[in-house]
Amino acid sequence: MPFPNPFPALSNRNDDAPLLGSAPLEPQLMRRRRIFVVVLLLMMGLVGVCSLVILITSGDGGEDWTPSGEDDDKCPSPKEVSEYLKARRPEEGRPTLRGVHEGVSEKSFGKGRLGAIPYPWTKKMLAWQRTGYHFQPQKNWMNDPNGPLFYKGWYHFFYQYNPSGAVWGNISWGHAVSKDLINWRHLPLAMVPDQWYDINGVWTGSATILQDGQLVMLYTGSTNTSVQVQNLAYPADQSDPLLINWVKYSANPVLVPPPGIMDHDFRDPTTAWLTPERKWRIIIGSKINKTGISLVYDTMDFKTYEMLDGVLHAVPETGMWECVDFYPVSEVENEGMDTSVNGPKVKHVVKTSLDDDRNDYYALGTYDSEAGIWTPDDPSIDVGIGLRYDYGIFYASKTFYDKKLRRRILWSWIKETDSEKSDIQKGWASLQAVPRTIVFDMKTGSNILQWPVKEVERLRRNRIVFDKVEVTAGSVVPLDVVSTSQLDIVAEFKVDEEALKRMNVNGSDSSYSCQKSGGAAERGALGPFGLLVLASKHLIEQTPIYFYISKDTKGNFKTFFCADHSRSSQANDVDKEIYGSTVPVLKDETLSMRILVDRSIVESFGQGGRSCITSRVYPTRVACEDVKIFLFNNATDARITASLQIWQMSSASIQ
Amino acid sequence: MMKILISVILLIIMVVQTYAESASASQNKDPPLVVSTCKNTPHYRLCLAVLRRSPRSAKADVWELALIAVGAVKTEAERAMDAIKKVRKGGEGKEVAAALKQCEEVYDAVLEGDVQEAEEGLKLGDPKFAENGMADAVVEADSCEGGFAGVGKSPLSRVNSAVHDIAEVARAIIRNLL
Repeated sequence: MPFPNPFPALSNRNDDAPLLGSAPLEPQLMRRRRIFVVVLLLMMGLVGVCSLVILITSGDGGEDWTPSGEDDDKCPSPKEVSEYLKARRPEEGRPTLRGVHEGVSEKSFGKGRLGAIPYPWTKKMLAWQRTGYHFQPQKNWMNDPNGPLFYKGWYHFFYQYNPSGAVWGNISWGHAVSKDLINWRHLPLAMVPDQWYDINGVWTGSATILQDGQLVMLYTGSTNTSVQVQNLAYPADQSDPLLINWVKYSANPVLVPPPGIMDHDFRDPTTAWLTPERKWRIIIGSKINKTGISLVYDTMDFKTYEMLDGVLHAVPETGMWECVDFYPVSEVENEGMDTSVNGPKVKHVVKTSLDDDRNDYYALGTYDSEAGIWTPDDPSIDVGIGLRYDYGIFYASKTFYDKKLRRRILWSWIKETDSEKSDIQKGWASLQAVPRTIVFDMKTGSNILQWPVKEVERLRRNRIVFDKVEVTAGSVVPLDVVSTSQLDIVAEFKVDEEALKRMNVNGSDSSYSCQKSGGAAERGALGPFGLLVLASKHLIEQTPIYFYISKDTKGNFKTFFCADHSRSSQANDVDKEIYGSTVPVLKDETLSMRILVDRSIVESFGQGGRSCITSRVYPTRVACEDVKIFLFNNATDARITASLQIWQMSSASIQ
Repeated sequence: MMKILISVILLIIMVVQTYAESASASQNKDPPLVVSTCKNTPHYRLCLAVLRRSPRSAKADVWELALIAVGAVKTEAERAMDAIKKVRKGGEGKEVAAALKQCEEVYDAVLEGDVQEAEEGLKLGDPKFAENGMADAVVEADSCEGGFAGVGKSPLSRVNSAVHDIAEVARAIIRNLL
C-alpha cells in the first residue's frame, strides 16, 4: 500500500512521545534555550504560588478531599463527596438532600454501569461487606451449593470452591457442618480435582440417602479433555458423622454424554428418587439446540445406568438447563416430603437454572410415577418461562429433604455484583442465601412459599416495635434503630381505603414493572412505599424495598414487590438494577414484607415468601457513618400506616 | 492552495482504498461463521478485524472464535499494563498518580480475573463464567478511564476504549454458547 495508513492500529501508538529532542544544538540556540528554560521555571513557580494561595483560602479551610487510595479512612462530608462527583460528572449536578417531608429525591446516579467513575474503595468499606450470619468461607471464591444433606445428627453443606483465589477456577468441594443451619464449622475440602475425570473441576452434584441409611454422592467432573461426565463418590467411613473423608469410585465416570448431547452440555445430577420398580432415578439438565431438557437415568447401584427414552420435561427456547431439581410438595401439609414420595395431594416441582439469563425458574405440576411423566399445571408458566424462586441475585439453587424436622430446604448461590477488582482486593467472592423452607402455597395453589429457616430467629436481639406509624404521601420517616447493618425486619402496611377507591384509572400505570420503572423515585397514586435499608444519614445512599400498587382499566389491583439499587451506592462499578415482580395479594390480606439485612446482602420476602428478592448492596458511607433505616411513602395519593418489628441480628459462628 | 488540493485528493484515495479493501475482504475471505457471528456483536468491523488476526478463525467453531476474542482482550490489557508503566515517571500529581494506580489494579483484575476465568469457562464448557468475565472487563476499562475525569487527560484512552469494545464483542460471541 503506497500511502501511510491514516488509521493507526489499536493503541500501538506511543502516546507519550517526548516533547524535546535530544540532538546537540549550536551555542546560539543553546542560549535561547537557556532563556526559555528560565522563563518556563519562573512561570511554573508563579503557578505554584498561585495554587498554594488558592488551596489555603478555599473550601472548608482544609485540603479538598480527594480519595487517595485504599488506606484513606478520612470521611468526606456529603458536600465534599458531591463536589468530587460533580467535578467528574458536571452534567449530573449535585445530589439533592431532602428532609423528612419532601419525599424521596430524584435519582442522581445513572442506572447501570455506563460511564463508570471509580469510587475509591477503602479497606474499611470492603471489610464492612463481609456478612454476619450468611454462609461463606473465610476467603476465596465460592459458587454452587453441592450435596446438602442431613446425616447422623449434622447438617452438611458442600460447595463449589476455589482454594487459590477470589475468582472461579481450580474448582473443588468445600465442606462445612452445622447443628442448626446457622452456625457452621468449616472442615477440610471433601474433594479436589485429582483424577483424569475431574482434573478440570469437581463440579456440582447431589447426595442420595439410600433406604439402609447409606449415603452416595453423584457429581459432575470436567475431564482432562474438557468433557463433562458424572462420577460417583461416597464417604470413606459411613459411620463418621462429620463425613470428613471421601472416596471416588474406582471405575468413574459412571455416565458420559450420550449420543446427540454435546460434551459441554451434560452436568449437575440430581438427588435420586425411587421409582415404582424400586429403581433409583435421576435427572441431568442439558439442551438440544436451544431447547432446555432434562435427561432421565435409572440405576440400581449408582454404578451402571439405563437412559430412558425421552426426557422428564423440555421447554423450547430456554437454552441450557443447569442445576435441575425435582421434588414433591404436599398440597395439604405445611411440611416437606422425602424426594421419593408421591400420591394424591402431592405436587411435584421441576426447577432449573437457566444459563441464558442466570435466574432460577420453577413450575408446579403433576408427576405420574408409573409413566415417568411430569406435566405442568399451567404450560403458560412452564419451567424457564414463568415463575422464579427469587427476582434478584439467586442462582444454582438446590433443595434437600431435612428428615429431622420434616422440611424441604433450599440453598442458593448469591454471587457478587461488584467489580472483580473489588473481589480480588477483598480476597473473597460470593455468599449463600440463608437456607429457606419451601412449602406449597395453599392459598393461591399456584406457587410455592419460601421462608428463612426458623433457626435464624435465634440470632434476634433487642426487638423494637413501631406500631401504626402513619406515613403521609411523599414523606420519609426515620426509624430510631441503633446499629442497622444486621437486622431482621417484619413489617405490615395498610393503604388507606379511600385512596384505593378513589384512584383514577387512566391505564397509565397498568404497564408498571419493577425493572423498567424509575424505582422508588417514580411516584404513582398508590406507591411506591416501604423501607429504605442500608441508608446513609442524608439519604445519599439508600436501598428501597417497596410495594407498588397499580390499577388497570377494569379496576383490578396489581401489587408489585421491588428492590431498587439505583441509589444503593455512590460507587459506579456496582450493579444498580431494580429487581422485583408482581406478588399475588388475596382479598383481605394485609401487605407484609420481611427483610433480612446482613451488610452487603439483603433478602426480602413479600407476602410470606410468595415473592422473594435477594440483593447485593455495597454502600460506601459505611466507612464513616452509621447505617440508618427509614420508612418511606412516595405515593402521590395514599396515606400508609406501617407496623413493624425490628430486631438486631447477632453474628453467627462460622469458622 | 496546491498543497491542500493534493492532501484532499490523497485523503479521498486512501478512504476509497480502505473501503474497497474491506469490502473485497468480506466478499471473498471471511468464513460465513465469522461474518454471521460478528454481525451479532455491537462492533461488526472491529469483530472482523480481531478474528481475522488469528489464522485459527478460518476453521473455528463459535467456542474457538470466543477464545480468539478473549485473547484479543488479553493482548490489549497487557498493552495497557505496559502503557501504565511507561506513563508513570514520578512527579505527576497526587490525583494522576492515584488514577494510574487505580488503572494498574484494574488491569491486574482484568488479566488475573476476567481473562483467566473467561478462558477457563470457554475451555471447560461453562460459558457463563466467560460472559461474566468479559462483562466485568468492560466495567473495569471504563473504571480506569473514568479515573482521569476532572483530573487530566487520560493517557490510556485508546487502550481503555479498545478493551471496552473488544470485551463487548467477546461477550456477544459468548452469548451464542449459553
